[in-house]
Amino acid sequence: MNWLDTIFQGILLGGLYALFAAGLSLVFGIMRLVNLAHGDLIVCAAFLILQLVSALQINPFIAALIAAPVMFGIGWVLQYHLLNRTLGKDILPPLLVTFGLSIVIQNGLLESFSADSRRISAGTLESASLGIGVLSAGVMPLLTFASAILVVVALNQLIYRTALGRAFRATSDDVATAGLMGIRPNRIFATATGLAMVVVTIAALYLGTRATFDPTAGPARLIYAFEAVIIGGLGSLWGTLAGGVILGVAQTLGAAINPEWQILAGHVAFLLVLLVRPRGLFPRAVD
Amino acid sequence: MGGSMFTRRDFLKTTAAGSALVATSGLAAPAIAQTTKVKLGYVSPQTGPLAAFGEADTFVVTNFLETAKQMGLEYEVVVKDSQSNPNRAAEVAKELIVDDEVNLVLVSSTPETTNPVSTTCEAEEMPCISTVAPWQPWFIGQQANPGDPASWKPFNYSYHFFWGLEDIIAVFTGMWSQVESNKKVGGLFPNDGDGNAWGDKVVGFPPVLEKLGYSLTDPGRFQNLTDDFSAQINAFKQANSEIITGVVIPPDLTTFWNQAKQQGLKPKVASIGKALLFPQTVESLGDAGHNLSTEVWWTPTHPFKSSLTGQSTKEVADAFSKATGRPWTQPIGFAHALFEIAVDVMKRAEAIGEGASVAKAIADTKLDTLVGPISWGSDKLPPFAQKNVAKTPLVGGQWRLKSGGGYDLVVVENGLATNVPLGGKMEALA
Repeated sequence: MNWLDTIFQGILLGGLYALFAAGLSLVFGIMRLVNLAHGDLIVCAAFLILQLVSALQINPFIAALIAAPVMFGIGWVLQYHLLNRTLGKDILPPLLVTFGLSIVIQNGLLESFSADSRRISAGTLESASLGIGVLSAGVMPLLTFASAILVVVALNQLIYRTALGRAFRATSDDVATAGLMGIRPNRIFATATGLAMVVVTIAALYLGTRATFDPTAGPARLIYAFEAVIIGGLGSLWGTLAGGVILGVAQTLGAAINPEWQILAGHVAFLLVLLVRPRGLFPRAVD
Repeated sequence: MGGSMFTRRDFLKTTAAGSALVATSGLAAPAIAQTTKVKLGYVSPQTGPLAAFGEADTFVVTNFLETAKQMGLEYEVVVKDSQSNPNRAAEVAKELIVDDEVNLVLVSSTPETTNPVSTTCEAEEMPCISTVAPWQPWFIGQQANPGDPASWKPFNYSYHFFWGLEDIIAVFTGMWSQVESNKKVGGLFPNDGDGNAWGDKVVGFPPVLEKLGYSLTDPGRFQNLTDDFSAQINAFKQANSEIITGVVIPPDLTTFWNQAKQQGLKPKVASIGKALLFPQTVESLGDAGHNLSTEVWWTPTHPFKSSLTGQSTKEVADAFSKATGRPWTQPIGFAHALFEIAVDVMKRAEAIGEGASVAKAIADTKLDTLVGPISWGSDKLPPFAQKNVAKTPLVGGQWRLKSGGGYDLVVVENGLATNVPLGGKMEALA
């Protein structure tokens, strides 16, 4: 039963990685923007939740509810006033700007919160567990995975069932024509980044309750997020979830062989997928 | 500056030689040491994952400066934060030596801090006193070839006082023998200075445990700040480990223990080094921290007094709680002792600006401090380590939930230091 349990824990871990990656996937799918500050924004959101929890003495889930609109606003402003200016034919400016942004966020957090490792306490929920047959799973990891699925379903509904989603898809396909049809791409982009920041807040909630974070923890999360997006295929949200799960399972399987292999196994799985399917498992048509 | 061939080091050497000349020319040398301002450098992790170790630093340094002033001693302390990062620790050690031009470097807390600082000091011929890291990772970890004992060399400028792995193994097994168990041990040894030393097949836990009839499950070295411990938890469940041990940084223990509870691992004993030293870590576990056990290097019940202030361990701990509103922590005693030794050394040093003379004074130290008697050159250590390592006593303790909330650390094992009173008996985890 050891292997079954290992794979199961890996799938649950994959839920967390999928949450890290969903925001990144959304932003890339709509505006081909690779946000290198994504990991730092997750850590930033985690600090925001932590501040709310300790200042107002509220449940972290409620704190995340308050933090989500704030992060939406931050994402909107960030995209509208900064990142939109970098979008164009050249793919380098957005990379450079978000890379710089990553350094600014890290040092800003370091300055205001020191290098201490922090954790968001979820009370008794932290150690609560459910028995599923022979497996026993923590309630928090299960919630994480359920949230990841929920986020993917909700985003897909939004993209394929609503007017806003239609605008997203239209701008993604052809910015100029979408503009002619009365869509303002700059606002659409800003809304998309705002939405990505809401997903980031959810990721931050589960990251902060599962493990500890400090101002420099972002880039490590970015790597997992990137790998999940690439494994799953750029632009596909379900693919991103699959990518996260593959990464999580690879890591727990690697660790089961020897804990030294934990991190490496994830990277090896990523490289293998790239080797066999260079465009990822479920790429979205032709980009 | 470009054309000058007269470097700072030359300057130090000339002035040091000058003061050595003065010292040997019949003038009262101690008087010089007394009237010259002494500059101490202090490196510790005040932020980052190891921040709990540095919690008492501000209190200790402020108190020390006050005491020094009352005693008519002129001391300046330059405090540097390693940010729990070995590279940063080496960098600030360089700053202390080159920019601040200190006379003696003090360093504390985990091999990740003590080793880079001691190594830098040794290379720069700067005397250095180090503490709060078991002596094996400190001594062996700084050797050019840790795998070859024949090549190990003693240091000329770096000195260390703390206990060793042999002590913690004796304390842990002493605690485990008080509880009925299947003698199956699960080990959590990360890939860092401490973890590699604890898990080492020659100097670490494995050979001693085998001799005492324990079987050890060691899944392997893992990265610090891991998000997932299911592999280890699975291995321990598989092996039916009733005893969990290891040396884990505080954030990782929280992740591990929560996951262990979630995944149904229920050991009878959990004795963890490093992470469980601090009330903050235990409190962050909620009620799940009850009866977790750890090594104890210093408590307010240790029967020692400060050579500087004459305060007992209890008085120092109470002063800390009063000043900060926080429960006492173990590093208070050792940080205090570092400054006791520094003052004692500087009193005896023939020339405070001369590295070799300060290093000689450190080697000659015989002082009763807040953490017990300190003297280097003890024959209780293996020959290669005798010159640079002084040992302090070690006992074992258990965290007990207090009725009003919060935790008490109760000493339950004192086989190695019977002068430290017991506070209770070892209890199994519920």
